[in-house]
Amino acid sequence: MTQTKYFQEWFSNPRRDVIAGMVVALALIPEAIAFSIIAGVDPKVGLYASFCIAVVISFVGGRAGMISAATGAMAVLLITLVRDHGLEYLLPVTILTGILQIAAGALKLGNLMRFVSRSVVTGFVNALAIIIFMSQLPQFYDQGLLMYAMVAAGLGIIYGLPLLTTAVPSPLVCIVVLTGVSMSLGWDATLNTVGDMGDLPSTLPVFLLPQVPLNFETLMIILPYAVSLAIVGLLESLMTATIVDDFTDTPSNKNQECAGQGVANIVSGFFGGMAGCAMIGQSVINVQSGGRGRLSTFAAGIILLILIVVMGDLVSQIPMAALVAVMIMVSIGTFSWSSIKNLRVHHRTSSIVMLVTVLVTVLSHNLAYGVGAGVLLSALFFAYKVSGQLDISSAFEVDKKERTYHIRGQLFFVSASTFGDAFDFREVLEKVTIDVSQAHFWDLSSINALDRVMLKFRREGTEVELYGMNEASQTLVLEVAKFDKPDAKLDTH
Amino acid sequence: MNILACTDGSLYSPSVYDHAAWAARQMGGASIHVLHMLNPHHEEPAKLNYSGSMGVGARTALLQELVTLEAARAKIAKKRGKAVLEDASTHLKEAGVQNVVADQWHGKLSDEIANYEADADLVVLGKRGNNADFEKGHLGTNLERVVRSCQHPVLVASRAFGRMNNFVLAFDGGSSAEKAVEYAAKETLLRGMHAYLLYVGSGNAKIEAALAKAEATLKQAGFEVTIEHRDGEPEKVIGDIVAQDYIDLLVMGAYGHSSIRQFIVGSTTSAMMRTVKIPVLLFR
Repeated sequence: MTQTKYFQEWFSNPRRDVIAGMVVALALIPEAIAFSIIAGVDPKVGLYASFCIAVVISFVGGRAGMISAATGAMAVLLITLVRDHGLEYLLPVTILTGILQIAAGALKLGNLMRFVSRSVVTGFVNALAIIIFMSQLPQFYDQGLLMYAMVAAGLGIIYGLPLLTTAVPSPLVCIVVLTGVSMSLGWDATLNTVGDMGDLPSTLPVFLLPQVPLNFETLMIILPYAVSLAIVGLLESLMTATIVDDFTDTPSNKNQECAGQGVANIVSGFFGGMAGCAMIGQSVINVQSGGRGRLSTFAAGIILLILIVVMGDLVSQIPMAALVAVMIMVSIGTFSWSSIKNLRVHHRTSSIVMLVTVLVTVLSHNLAYGVGAGVLLSALFFAYKVSGQLDISSAFEVDKKERTYHIRGQLFFVSASTFGDAFDFREVLEKVTIDVSQAHFWDLSSINALDRVMLKFRREGTEVELYGMNEASQTLVLEVAKFDKPDAKLDTH
Repeated sequence: MNILACTDGSLYSPSVYDHAAWAARQMGGASIHVLHMLNPHHEEPAKLNYSGSMGVGARTALLQELVTLEAARAKIAKKRGKAVLEDASTHLKEAGVQNVVADQWHGKLSDEIANYEADADLVVLGKRGNNADFEKGHLGTNLERVVRSCQHPVLVASRAFGRMNNFVLAFDGGSSAEKAVEYAAKETLLRGMHAYLLYVGSGNAKIEAALAKAEATLKQAGFEVTIEHRDGEPEKVIGDIVAQDYIDLLVMGAYGHSSIRQFIVGSTTSAMMRTVKIPVLLFR
């Protein structure tokens, strides 16, 4: 990217970027706190991470105007790590995640995104929304009716206020009003507040080195987590980048974004934060509030830091109910509601892919598994569909003594057996011509099937002629086929 | 020979056409490619919503809203662009240019000029464009970036086309100034004009030699040459000299420094072009 383009990405839209950054910063707080608590770490880990990631990614990311911070998708992966191995492993995992992501960027793995189909993306987004929603449910535990009432009131403000005015952030009003009410009525004694969840930072983040033994054993503990985190982080970031690309009608550099996420995570790790990635919900809020440039992400990070350091005491008074309401709003906004309607319209296979992605994710709490299952399934469905593109017809020639088979379509492992079954070996013929001029042999299985057919005909004493094989298929035949070699024998397996 | 004339239908456009037509005549009947870019103004959201709240199906709703708003704008811009191009063709035909191609493309001129200037020998554009009012005192938003990415000489048109009897060549002994001298000697664009070779600063033997060589080159090509040697701040002196109304064109090297340096200290080229009222021919 040229320098001027980079400057432009920073400063083309400064006023709106800063305002949008402010709106986004407020939307970052609930998620950072809520997911720190879910991951079993202090809220300050999430808050510092959000600040570090947002600021770093604004410089090194590949998509201007996208918001990255500590996210739910990553936090749910950290639950077992923190529970089983302790907080000190969080930092090396975060750093290793960053290294893996930088490697992914350097190897241009961002291009692999095209294997993730539309249905898988929809499934991912829906699963994400469901995870965000479900992770709010424990907050209701043991809190009584007042909690439900507060959350309902919060949602009322969040959705009601924009009908009156879109000039003030309604989640902020929700937080302020609910905090005010709970403080003045003394409900903070019964209702959980942010302060009850752990300490808020009162200092700026400081640079630290991980306090774990640097040996192979440690690596074996952190590697599986880091791989999952790296994959989920990149998937969500690249999907969000595509969404922001669509919104702004401008391209982004996906591989730079991969590496940028890595750098952001490494920095976050060294400053005591946890791994994060791009956030679909907050990026949508950013675009909606007019944010387009890198400055918006930067402003969001800085304003977040100011809010938590300066307003730390007040922040700890916020009732969890207010944050739960905001997170429910994020989850509702993230969910692709049209996908439910589309279940009936879209082809059944794409609906199944979408649902499997959601199901696997929700059961495993790991978006990487969900996407893996979805990609695998869509590949299988595709292979099956293409295998249907095989048409075999035949006709007699010269007094029923010769027959020509016309093969048309794609031959590979799925369609190989259909191919083999299409020939009638009982017929007594002088000569068989197999016309493959409109067919393509893709792999070993298909060549093997062709082998079997050719050799079987020969065994019956029929002369076989293969006609019109294209060049690519021919290369494959030369490499692996047996029928064209002198000592041709049929494989027994 | 082919000239790329970039227009946006702003105040400077007729002058761009006139300059292009003049250059075409000078270059022995060059063809002119009139280019109009439809700028994507995505950085300026049409409608703002600071509510920070996401409704049901927020993504699709937001995308639809953006598409509808921008579609309306784009349609108007396209229509306007067509009119601009028609106007350009008429203007150029009237000015006696036979070979005119006019077309419009999506994108930013500054990002894409490299794609269009490849088959051009000269690029002509206005000193300011449509956004001039909005950034008074600054140069056209496109100009610097376009000049930076151009491989060919760029003729920056002033507000109105005037006579073209002489030019001042700002000579600093640098490679782009030498390139300018070579171009003047070899190509026909500046033929028949009186050349003022201007050097600003305390001279030394090296500069004197370079000046003499430049003078010889130009004289050999049939130019009448006057050498001017002044002391002082280059920007100011050049500005003062070309402000006298007998000078018709300023020829100079452009943007010798990196854009990082410029971001901090500013560029002589941009400062120059801000102050002078005559057309400027730039060499990179």
